Amino acid sequence: MDSIKLHYDVPGDDFTRAGAASSDVKRNLKQLGVSPNVIRNVSIAMYEGEINMVIHAGGGWIDVEITEEEILVTLADEGPGIDNLELAMKEGYSTAPDNIRCLGFGAGMGLPNIKKYTDDFRIETEVGKGTTLYLKVNIE
Amino acid sequence: MKIKDIKEILGAEIICNEDGTEREIHTACGSDMMSDVLAFVKEQAVLLTGLVNPQVVRTAEMMDMHCIIFVRGKRPTLDMIEMAEDRDMVMLCTDLEMFTACGKLYAAGLKGGSGK
Repeated sequence: MDSIKLHYDVPGDDFTRAGAASSDVKRNLKQLGVSPNVIRNVSIAMYEGEINMVIHAGGGWIDVEITEEEILVTLADEGPGIDNLELAMKEGYSTAPDNIRCLGFGAGMGLPNIKKYTDDFRIETEVGKGTTLYLKVNIE
Repeated sequence: MKIKDIKEILGAEIICNEDGTEREIHTACGSDMMSDVLAFVKEQAVLLTGLVNPQVVRTAEMMDMHCIIFVRGKRPTLDMIEMAEDRDMVMLCTDLEMFTACGKLYAAGLKGGSGK
């Protein structure tokens, strides 16, 4: 099959709608008959990235490419960038403000979770410029 | 146990998708931190939480959960109920506190997951 490409613009000012893109990708993958385990891994990783984008970066955009072998997700923002990537990758480290914690996020598990649920994970970030995440999940 | 058994054990009210209460459930988790649910919960079917916002439904959706139970008398908003209905999720509300609700379900045979 030809690869399927999906694009989403993620608004940064609406926490209640955050995750809508991940929901849509999940629905698409189900329709394509991808295994539940793969769908869950992609969904969780993308959802964490999408939430991060809204919490920290004022939104951004997401590209998804689905091929027979793999699912590639690119999440890009023009937010503040990550000052200390090593710390950001540490479980439990968070720079999220208290109002975000009250909403159930900001436990410092976002990036570690993304790494955990993907087969390949790369991050490019520059302070003051933004952050781009590249995720890959293999189709079993 | 079935979701309808959970309803009885917790003296809970069904908020939506009553048809789904025949579903068989083996595991559950309780948390107000959705980040932790996404991090540590595997193969869990029920989420107990005192948090009320649409991301609770999204988190449950990403984790393939079938039922959300709101504890401490919390009630979901209308948009959350609509989201749950779209996703065939059952929503229950109980006045019990988190600790008590989890304890009752655990004592009745519902297990936590394998964790990390």
